[in-house]
Amino acid sequence: METRVIGKSVPRKEGREKVTGRARYVDDLAFPGMLHGVTVRGPTARGRIRGIFFEGDIPWKEITIVTAKDIPGNNCILLLIEDQPCLADGLVNHKEEPVVLLAHQDAYLLGEARRAVRIEIEPLPAIFTIEDSLARKEIIWGEDNTFKSVRVEKGDVESAWSVADCIVEGEYETGAQEQLYIEPQGMIARASPADGVTVWGSLQCPHYVHKALVSLFGLPKDRIRVVQTETGGGFGGKEEYPSMIAAHAALLAWKSGRPVKIIYDRAEDMAATTKRHPSKTRHRTAVSSDGKLLAMDIDFTIDGGAYETLSPVVLSRGTIHAAGPYDCPNVRIRGRAVATNAPPHGAFRGFGAPQSVFALERHLDRVAAAVGLAPDELRRRNFIREGQTLAVNQVVHERVEMGRLMDQAFEASDYHVKRKQYSTENPGAAIKKGIGFACFLHGAGFTGSGEEYLASEVAAEATVEGRVRIRAGSTEMGQGTNTIFSQIAAETLGLDYEKIDIAQPDTANVPNSGPTVASRTSMIVGKLVESAAREIQTKLFQSGLLEQGYDAATFAKACGEYIGRFGALESLIKYQHPAELHWNDERYEGDAYGAYAWAVYVAEVSVDTRTAEMRVENFTAVQEVGRVIHPVLAAGQIEGGIAQGIGLALYENIVWHEGRMVNAQMTNYIMPTSMDVPRIRVFFDEIAQGRGPAGAKGIGELPLDGTAPAIANAVAHATGADIRRIPLTPELLMETLEKAHA
Amino acid sequence: MPEGSGKIQVRCTVNNKAVTFEAYPMARLLDALREELRLTGTKEGCGEGECGACTVEMDGALVNSCLVPAAQVEATKILTIEGVASGERLHAVQQAFITNGGAQCGICTPGMILAAVNLLRRFPEPTEVQIREGLSGNLCRCTGYTKIFESVVAACGESERDA
Repeated sequence: METRVIGKSVPRKEGREKVTGRARYVDDLAFPGMLHGVTVRGPTARGRIRGIFFEGDIPWKEITIVTAKDIPGNNCILLLIEDQPCLADGLVNHKEEPVVLLAHQDAYLLGEARRAVRIEIEPLPAIFTIEDSLARKEIIWGEDNTFKSVRVEKGDVESAWSVADCIVEGEYETGAQEQLYIEPQGMIARASPADGVTVWGSLQCPHYVHKALVSLFGLPKDRIRVVQTETGGGFGGKEEYPSMIAAHAALLAWKSGRPVKIIYDRAEDMAATTKRHPSKTRHRTAVSSDGKLLAMDIDFTIDGGAYETLSPVVLSRGTIHAAGPYDCPNVRIRGRAVATNAPPHGAFRGFGAPQSVFALERHLDRVAAAVGLAPDELRRRNFIREGQTLAVNQVVHERVEMGRLMDQAFEASDYHVKRKQYSTENPGAAIKKGIGFACFLHGAGFTGSGEEYLASEVAAEATVEGRVRIRAGSTEMGQGTNTIFSQIAAETLGLDYEKIDIAQPDTANVPNSGPTVASRTSMIVGKLVESAAREIQTKLFQSGLLEQGYDAATFAKACGEYIGRFGALESLIKYQHPAELHWNDERYEGDAYGAYAWAVYVAEVSVDTRTAEMRVENFTAVQEVGRVIHPVLAAGQIEGGIAQGIGLALYENIVWHEGRMVNAQMTNYIMPTSMDVPRIRVFFDEIAQGRGPAGAKGIGELPLDGTAPAIANAVAHATGADIRRIPLTPELLMETLEKAHA
Repeated sequence: MPEGSGKIQVRCTVNNKAVTFEAYPMARLLDALREELRLTGTKEGCGEGECGACTVEMDGALVNSCLVPAAQVEATKILTIEGVASGERLHAVQQAFITNGGAQCGICTPGMILAAVNLLRRFPEPTEVQIREGLSGNLCRCTGYTKIFESVVAACGESERDA
């Protein structure tokens, strides 16, 4: 498809504000009479609150104090269900559970006051591991500690064990990971019975916050307003927790009658807000002597923390991605999300898939070794093709060329030459080198019938000057929503990119286009933007005020005349689920996603065997994401995701002590710096077959899935270490190597 | 702020303008800029000198303004992101960040741009190692740094006229 604006790297819509420091983030806003707010959390992982005492030399009368009894409506942060309280009332279930809120205009005094609140808790036994939760050592949630359990069945796994030439088993683990957006979370609220509740803040999903506040205050929907301020990164971390902070700021504002700002400092943000779910995956694989996968039996468990939050949905994506881009006749995947007394784990770019893909791609390297094949050859013999069925019995109706992606990735990285060269040179070398890869897919949009349920909406409106404004709840958090929406609308309308405006996400002014998550913004919401723009054009054509072949001036003239004659020129488009996509949630099978992105990533590492220090020296990422709307933004998404994947693989180690993150500082929780990220080479193989505008698919989460296993496989190649767990810290690598030699 | 010692008057130059503000001696330069002078382009990412989001230049050297006490600011020259462009004309580094995708969420961008401007003043034609080292005090979670390196390289030829 010929395009004019799509496919061009136009300047980021809000780029000028960002490079001049004029972009306004939540902490940059100040309201007259504004108070600061802070959260006091319980000191115990699980227990019964016996008393709350306000001690010390603090002028308590000057301080606004909010506890659970001050909540006007339901004491819960409504998301999927109502299990998570806004403020603990009676019981606490993790150490970061909010119990008391305080507000005052003097931030220093407030800090002193926070330390002077004593919460007395009678401890109850707590559990902190997946094993203890599964063993029901204590029942801490529901009847059996299980948030959700799913089962995928394809063929008959049991029939394969007896005919297999080889059976390979293995267990794999991934740790929690902090999103570490550089802008900490924060909210400002105004609230009163007369005016309702308005919050401004750093967030991904304004309508999630809206839904939670409606329930918390028991107010009609139109009395709650949520406005997104410029957002300094999200990566999933600002999908659900902003509802909690918004609720807290609003309760303090409601009680004090003053605007209240809550900004988390880095330590509080890291410790209290959600992180990537830790996981454990067991694989049992039957394979023939010629390397054909006969059966895959997978058990995938994630630690959801103390409340359900989004765990069922994370589990769903992780489970569906667990069998990868392979054709295997018999697959069984059992997925479970279980409770522990850690702060709830939540959305983080990839959403369960990086965990299960790590397990699979490490495992397949081991399967290849067991049958005496090169790791790439084993994959080649099993890659899924158009017309074949994925584990969830979804027939792939798009062109899939995994072999071609692998060829490109191997050529660009010189894989075969290096693999051989390093194998020859490594013995005896103090610094060993390795090269490894991972093959994977990532579904775009909500899983299964999720998009049908969301029923997203997008609006467009034209002005008398011939500008077109897109109104959607989809948020810009750095990934480029404003820019690509403008490109899509400009392309559709035949206008210049500069003629398009994007409305600030504000629930009082934009329809609910669904959450900005799940690699859905380009493909799903982008398509709605296209339709909304198209309808503006159609209205002008049908009114006879505009004809094909118009220019910007005649478009503006027609808009002016239309508005003068008929009033507002606007459109509202609702998502229509493609009739050919069917999902059966009971049987957990069918069209899990409308389209997939496909990829092969190659990592090169060096390992200093004296210190076990590992470095990623080179990285090659080849992917097929359909039509690329903006090459620079798209490459930026991939590169940034790979950097986060390097952190997940090697550096980002959360140290837990009884359910609390104890290294909640940038000093000792290490994310990659400019010295740690190698040259990343990004290639897009455009086949333009997605369901989005001009054939776009999803892109945002993809790079998190394959980076860590590619690196782990490279370290395994360099050292021979049987890597089963990430983050692979030097300590863990050393331990693994010593065990192998023992 | 801690009581005991009273506020002091601090005179300095910020973005080529003489300014005076009152602050406790151990107040952070970051807060003075953001709250007293309302220059909110300088960001707080960690408050412990790790992330570099609060980077400003002080007498030509890069500092983390979250670690600089107000008392130390007396008679210095401070450059913040608000002073990098000449009026509406962007600095070459700023323009290069827009063109090359060096800014995504934008929260590290002010500090990153000051680090890049400072780097190009010291090394007008920096090597890759010099760029990596020069920016290693500024964390970015969005870009993976590649587009930032490309922005700095693109700004090289252009930045002399802005220096």
